Formats: sequence, structure tokens, C-alpha cells
Amino acid sequence: MVWAKMKFPFEKRVKLAQGLWLLSWLATLGGAITFCLGCFLKTELRRRAEVMDNTETYIVPNTLIIAGMASMGINYFAGRICQDALDPYFCCSIFFTTLMLLGVILSFIMRGTLEGSLKVGLKNGIRFYKDTDTPGRCFQKQTIDRLQMQFQCCGNNDFKDWFEVQWISNRYLDFSSKEVKDRIRSNVDGRYLLDGVPFSCCNPSSPRPCIQYKLTNNSAHYNYEYQSEEMNIFVRGCREALLNYYIGLMNSFAAVVLSVFVVQGTVLASLRYLETSMEAVLGQENMEIETEGYLLEKSISETIMEYLDPVMKILLLNQVEDGQAKAEEGAAGTSAAPAK
Amino acid sequence: MALWVIKFDLPKRIKLAQGLWILYWLSVMGGILIFSMGLFFKIELRKRSEMMDNNESHFVPNLLILVGLTACGINAFGGKVCHDSLDTAKFAKWKPMVKNYLYGCFAFCIILFIVALLCFLVQVSLHFALAEGLKNGMKYYRDTDTPGRCFMKRTLDMTQIEFRCCGNNNFRDWFEIQWISNRYLDFSNDEIKDRVTSNVEGKFLMDSVPFSCCNPGSPRPCIQHHLTNNSAHYDYDHHTEELNIWTRGCREALVSYYGGMMNSIGALVLLVMLLEIADMVGLKYLTTSLETLENPENPESESEGWLLEKSVKETMSGIMEKIKTFGKGNQVEGEGAEAPATS
Repeated sequence: MVWAKMKFPFEKRVKLAQGLWLLSWLATLGGAITFCLGCFLKTELRRRAEVMDNTETYIVPNTLIIAGMASMGINYFAGRICQDALDPYFCCSIFFTTLMLLGVILSFIMRGTLEGSLKVGLKNGIRFYKDTDTPGRCFQKQTIDRLQMQFQCCGNNDFKDWFEVQWISNRYLDFSSKEVKDRIRSNVDGRYLLDGVPFSCCNPSSPRPCIQYKLTNNSAHYNYEYQSEEMNIFVRGCREALLNYYIGLMNSFAAVVLSVFVVQGTVLASLRYLETSMEAVLGQENMEIETEGYLLEKSISETIMEYLDPVMKILLLNQVEDGQAKAEEGAAGTSAAPAK
Repeated sequence: MALWVIKFDLPKRIKLAQGLWILYWLSVMGGILIFSMGLFFKIELRKRSEMMDNNESHFVPNLLILVGLTACGINAFGGKVCHDSLDTAKFAKWKPMVKNYLYGCFAFCIILFIVALLCFLVQVSLHFALAEGLKNGMKYYRDTDTPGRCFMKRTLDMTQIEFRCCGNNNFRDWFEIQWISNRYLDFSNDEIKDRVTSNVEGKFLMDSVPFSCCNPGSPRPCIQHHLTNNSAHYDYDHHTEELNIWTRGCREALVSYYGGMMNSIGALVLLVMLLEIADMVGLKYLTTSLETLENPENPESESEGWLLEKSVKETMSGIMEKIKTFGKGNQVEGEGAEAPATS
């Protein structure tokens, strides 16, 4: 009793074969698109690797790249394979199609990891902002500045993160000045903290020239009210900005990859129908008879059992062997005991 | 006595037709590329039209768009003629048009050359437009409350950030204008009153630049204000300080950006012109070789192809004659029309 049976008269078979040729080219194109999307996502993640802590999120683009390449290769040869090679083709195809679906699912799961990675990376970036003379960290300032200008954000959670970190290096602080000495002494760790932000937080759309320093001090600037000032600096945090950017990117890629997945599934189903409907025609005199095509020879549960049987046999066989060995041991033990 | 004769047998003719077909389609793609480059240039000009005082001329990008479309059309037609050339029945309907088509192609090549020249020359006009536009842009930087100019600040800031430049010629241009609006100046403050009264026109000038002039690559936090005052900042010497702010002027930056773009577009147009010339030569050889079949019934016979039927001098005089007869033809007709009118 077959699963998903369909009748195929001769014309329908011909149309199926022609449609399959077109579909396999579409699927090859889809595989190429998936590969390109994976490459693009990986490049974008690498570009901002300095503000990320770990590379665990790279599994998403890597999966897409592998699935895309394999899908391209397999679909390119879909039209050229002979009858004998169909089974391994189906296995490989199903595996790589599920890989695509897995890539999409992973892109949703990995968002938490991405956020955690960005949180730690940005925190370190802000901490090492002033270390432009330390090898290995001398470009942190430039990276963070360019990031804040490009993504129109300031700080990690928001601009107040800059108030908690000394972002001006000691090299540029005049320690003979009373003001500097007071500030450092008032702080437990001896850090020079101020209510100011770097210039890259400035919003170009602000109607007035940028106010970077003494942000919380209303009297330090003319006609300035800290609570109601909105456009002066970027208020959004960079973690939120970057996360939104990457999530938007992954959402649009997921939509495209899902449609490629659907096309690939259609190719597989059509090929299976063509194979099974042509099987019935083999050896017949009249090639134009109507035949039946199906997806699975038995029902779903029977097919699953058929594949799991060899696996179970291996496990069961071991158990049977164990049982026999124990019985023999027991017999040997009991026969040995009376001998004593 | 024909010039530059080549003998053609059937396989050679077929190869010529196939090669020419590919060349024509390459030229079509070249035409599409010119069209998209013209569109891109037009968009770039519009994006920065505020920097150019809103009166930049869109003549060159419009011309590029037109030329690109024409190239597509002409080369597609040529490709079709090529494709049909080896089938005598199909080629017969294109035969009468080939001569005029080749004259049209020749005129188009001259137009392409002129367009390429214009591309190289447009940089001069851009230079002047940008100088004027940037000067005004800086003057209106502070007018964020004046309708029509309220986005000048944002535009100029984004330009300085994107092109890594400061001011018109250099950063000192900011010292000569008041770029902080009076709305944000406390006129009860003594220092501000002194500055304003010390200036002839009552402008609040200072040796500072906007934040968009800051260089992110500087190792120290950006120094925007009191740039020429060494004692205002710790460990600062404005003569030796290089990385603090961008020193290049925005006019130079924008001109080199547009100049690079125009140079590449001009080179592309010249390349397409060379392709067109190759197409013309190939088509002339193909059509003449098809006309001179030794045995018209047998397509496999040998034939000759040439570029010019007579020598160069004879061809030129032939063309001059034609132009003269064309002019004379109108005159004769005119006289003929007048004569019956008077009679």
C-alpha cells in the first residue's frame, strides 16, 4: 500500500519530465543564491568581528554555504544521472535540503548567542577605547568611532555607558591641573570619569552644534536642558543597533532560503514521481499507457521501520549475544562449583 | 579596385558571422553598462546637488543615458542581421538597409567619441560648481531654522564625515564664518560680547571646527575648539598635530571623487566606441563577402570581402559628390517649382 499515489497518463509524464528540467535549473540557481547569501552573511559578521566576543554565530552562514554549494552541485547533475544512481542521489539531496532548513532554524536560535557576544565585545571595546598606544588594542578607538557613526548609536546599552568608563587616556590628562586631580581623587578606583561622550556620538541632524562634554550640567551650556534634549547625540545603544541590523539581514535571508527549500523539495518529489511512474512502463510494449507514481512504496510508519530495522537489529543482536554468553557463564559456574 | 580584400570560403564566413554575433551582443552589454553608468552619475549629482548650489548641469548624464539606449538598439539590430546573414532568404530582406545602417554606425562612433571627450571635460565645470556650492553651504551651516536651508548642516556634516574632509579649501575656512547660530550664544556672557564686538561685522568667529571634521583615526579624543591655542590643551602643538582633524578640503575631495568616476565612464565609452568600429568592419566584410559569391546558387562557393570598394580618395570624392547632388537636387527641384509658379 503506497503513500501519496498519483495517476500519470503519457502526456502528464512528458510534462513532468519537461517541468523537472526547468525546476532543476531553478534549484541550481536557488543553490547558488543560498551560497551567495551565506558568503555575504559571513563577510558582514567578520567585518564587525572586533566588537564580537566569540565566533559561535558563524555556524549559520557556514551551514548555508555548505548547503548552497552541495545543492548547486547535486541539482546540476540531476538531469544527467542514470536510473541506478537515483538512490544515493535522493539520500544526498534530502540531507542537504534538511541542512538548508537547519540553517534557517539555527538563524533564529543563534540570536541569543549573538546578543551575548555583542554585549561582551562592545563592553571591551568601550573599555579599551583609550588604549591607542597598546599593541593589539590600538585600533579599538577607530573601530568604535566608525561603528557609532555608521550605525548612529552611542555606547553599549545607551550613551551613559561612557560615563562609567575612563575613555580619555592618561597621556592627555594634565595631572598638575586642580580639576583633573579632584576628579581622580573623588573616584574610588582613581579613574578620570566625566559626563562626556566621544565625538562619534554626535548626531549630525541636531540643529545646534554638538554638545559632548558636561552633558548632565544644564548651566554649562546656554539654552540647554538635559532631560528634554533629544537630537544632540545618538541615544540608541550600539548593541541594539547592531542586533537589529543582523536580525533584519537574517530574516530576509531566511525568507529566501525557505523558498529555495520549497523549490528543492518540489524537485525531489517530481523526480521520485517520474522514477516510479517510468518503472511501471519499463518492459511494456506500449510506452503510452497510464501508470501510477508514488512517493513512498509503503506507508510512512512502515518506511521508517524499514530504515530503523538494521539499527535495531544491531542493538538486539548484541543483547541476544550477551544473554547467551551469560547463560554459558552461569552453566560453567554451576558446573565448576560441584567440581570443587 | 577594392581595398583590403580578404578571401572567404564557407567555414570562414560562418566563423565570421558567429564571431560578429558574439561581438554585437558584447556591444549591447556595453550599451547597457553606459546606460547604467549615466543613471548612476545622475543620481550622484542629485544626491549632492545642495553642495553644487542646485544649478549643476545634467547634460552629460542625460547624454550618456541616451547614448547607452541607442547603442543597445543599434547593436541588437546588427546582431539580428548577423544571425540571419547565413540564410540567403532571411538576409535578402536586410540587404538594402545595410548601407544606411553602416553610415549610421559611423556617425554613432563619432558621437561616442564626442561623449567621451565631454566626460573628461565635465570635471572643470564641476570644479567651479562645487567651489561656489561649498562656500554657500558653509555660510548657511548655522541656519537650521530657516526654511529651505534647515538641512544644510546635516548635509555638510555627512559630506565631511563621508569624504573625510573639512571646509572648502581646508579647515581654516571654518575660522572665517560664524557657524554657531545666535540662538545658542549667551549674549550676556562677557567673552562672547568681546568676540562679537572685536569683529567688524559683528560675527562670532572662533578658531574651532564642527565635530564632523574630527578624524576617528586620531589616538587622542578630538580637539575641536581653540585649535590654534597650544596652551588650551595638554600636550598639544597645532603645528605638528596631523591626525586630529581632517586637513583636506571638501572641494578637492569631491572633485577627485567625481573626477575618478568620470574618467572611468569616459574610458568605458571609448572602449565601446572601439567595439563599434570592430563591429562595423566585421559587418562590412560579411555583407560584401555574401554579395560576391562566385556561384550565387551554391552557398559553399568562395567569395571576396572588402572594406572599401574603391581607394580612399575615390571613396571620399564619391561621398562629396553624393552630398553635392543631394544639395543640388533640392535646388533643381526648387527651380523647377518656381518655373511653373511663374509661368
